[in-house]
Amino acid sequence: MQKINLVDHGLFNPGHAACPGCQESLALRVILNTIGTDAAAVFPPSCGAVICGPHPYSSLNIPVFQTTLESAAAAASGLRRALNQRGKRDSTVVCFAGDGGTYDIGFQALSSAVERNEDILYVCFDNEGYMNTGAQKSSSTPLHASTASTPGGKPSKKKDIIGILAAHGIPYVATASTGHMNDLIAKVEKALTIKGSRFLAVLVPCLDGWGLPDDSGIGVSRLAVDSGMWPLYEVEEGHHYTLNHDAKTVPVSDYLSVQKRYRHLSESQLAEVQAAVDQDWVQLQKRAAESASATTAASG
Amino acid sequence: MSTTTTLADHQLLSGNHAVAWGARLARPQVIPVYPITPQSPIMEKLGDFHAAGEIDAEVLTPESEHSAMAAAIAASLAGARVFTATASQGLLLMHELLHYAAGGRAPIVMFNVNRTVASPWAFWPDATDSLAQRDTGWIQIYSETPQESLDSTIQAYRVAESVALPAMICHDAFYVSHAMEPVAVPDQALVDSYLPPYEPEHFVEPGRSESFGYVIDQATFNQTRRDLDQAMARTVGALEEADAAWRELTGRGYGLVESYRLDDADTAIVTMGSMAGTARVAVDEMRAAGERVGLLKVRLFRPFPEAAVRAALAGIGRAVVLDRNYSPGVGGMLHQELKSALFGLNGSAPQVHGLLAGVGGVNVTPAKIRQFVADTTDRDPQSQSVWVE
Repeated sequence: MQKINLVDHGLFNPGHAACPGCQESLALRVILNTIGTDAAAVFPPSCGAVICGPHPYSSLNIPVFQTTLESAAAAASGLRRALNQRGKRDSTVVCFAGDGGTYDIGFQALSSAVERNEDILYVCFDNEGYMNTGAQKSSSTPLHASTASTPGGKPSKKKDIIGILAAHGIPYVATASTGHMNDLIAKVEKALTIKGSRFLAVLVPCLDGWGLPDDSGIGVSRLAVDSGMWPLYEVEEGHHYTLNHDAKTVPVSDYLSVQKRYRHLSESQLAEVQAAVDQDWVQLQKRAAESASATTAASG
Repeated sequence: MSTTTTLADHQLLSGNHAVAWGARLARPQVIPVYPITPQSPIMEKLGDFHAAGEIDAEVLTPESEHSAMAAAIAASLAGARVFTATASQGLLLMHELLHYAAGGRAPIVMFNVNRTVASPWAFWPDATDSLAQRDTGWIQIYSETPQESLDSTIQAYRVAESVALPAMICHDAFYVSHAMEPVAVPDQALVDSYLPPYEPEHFVEPGRSESFGYVIDQATFNQTRRDLDQAMARTVGALEEADAAWRELTGRGYGLVESYRLDDADTAIVTMGSMAGTARVAVDEMRAAGERVGLLKVRLFRPFPEAAVRAALAGIGRAVVLDRNYSPGVGGMLHQELKSALFGLNGSAPQVHGLLAGVGGVNVTPAKIRQFVADTTDRDPQSQSVWVE
């Protein structure tokens, strides 16, 4: 049992439209309350936009600007610049987009915004597909996962969005999950101390889209981390890697077997996923070790 | 048109640099902009102003016109005065967001340089790009000269902000965008007195309880379109007011439409943009030859100034519309709009001849225009536009 270090300022209202057990609404509540009131949020169409609620209601107690699916980072840039001109340079502009609006259709605008190092916090709620439109494949969908548009399983790997964002050399890139709330809160708090582009990908298992019981979200999030399929780490200034959860303690089969989207998996496909995760894990450990030794050398 | 300034107050400016001056004088706070031929000199000149500290604006250079417009909308609805510029393919790339801007009632002012739309690739004057956006809810003004482009940019802010609609001003590629003319550049103090800072009633800002863009029900959506309709209707009066006030300050005004030597005319040439300048010369030549021909220049295209057009053309026997644009299956878009505007005028309505003249940037000289007009005298008007050369 772990105490969650959250002070709830009441910035996320009950009665919103998320599904029972939704991990995204949980993450949204935690992030909003960590950021506080001096903020405005940008949402493209997504589960998040649905959770915001229908006009004239809002589940968020900060101002929201909703934009088109492919333009979240561009709209956040425009909002940021307007606030700068209006004497609100210290207010936070936070973007909440899904993986479709981030990895796919919103990617061009995102790459451009972070290339300009716009002073925005971009949060991607990653549920590994277009869950709001019926669970179709996105480029975040992992290898072999079944979706409405890849019923036989996705033939290609999940896009390495963290690696791509890190390659832009922006101040802060990190992963987080709903299974490790204090880690999520600490990363939001850290991001708030940094100026410039900050990117946070939060794994939010979609109970309906992944085929999971309503009460399983947090447990599945933890399995994603413990299996190494969703490692928790940070990349600062494009090169400094920190592993925040350095034990890979369970095989990927523990994580995959509880999800209906993987129930068609053959032994060889399972082995293929395990091998890829093992390889990525070694690479990540190596980068984290190199970063740690570089820091030691610099301070020594 | 009279003017209270002398040539000593003038700068030799291209149409695009005149636009940049107009934008500068309007004091935009956020400028998201992406380069495209033949718009780029507007962007570059604004960049020069910014680098020299002569404008206090946030300049964004995103990866596309789409993102430029997305940023423009968010900035505008956060209460900032916004300027951007584009042309042709760039305007088409913005299409989705043009609707979004108008639906959101964001009073962005954008300059569009009219250029052919691919394929095939070309860079010539042709207004199909902006006319294809006529259903997006943007105010559209077409300018004939660099001076009019500067003046219209400033006027457009006064109009857009008074009716809460985005406004697009257009001039033709190269003929206006790159041609240089002496242009009167007004004093900043004069423009400030004409255009006070933008202070909207509603805007998105931390600490306020207003949000934008939530999903709405059918009836509320329907109401937004009725409201948009009302705003479009108010735009006609708003531009008349803005134009009159500008004329008062500078001696220059352009109207919703301009009637040139139409008083006793039996034939009216109807056109827009730089073609109006060529038609003006043709009218003078035909008048000199004793022909009763005048010109109706349509400046405001959206909303279409129906009452002004009807008043100008009532009782004139023939209207010859010159369209430098092409809507496949329809023909010339000004022709189409004009026929609609004259509906119900009955006995006093002119016979309307729609000519596709200069599509793709083909040069149209005053001599050609005289020939086009002459050719319509022994021809019955057609419902469809006719290709001429």
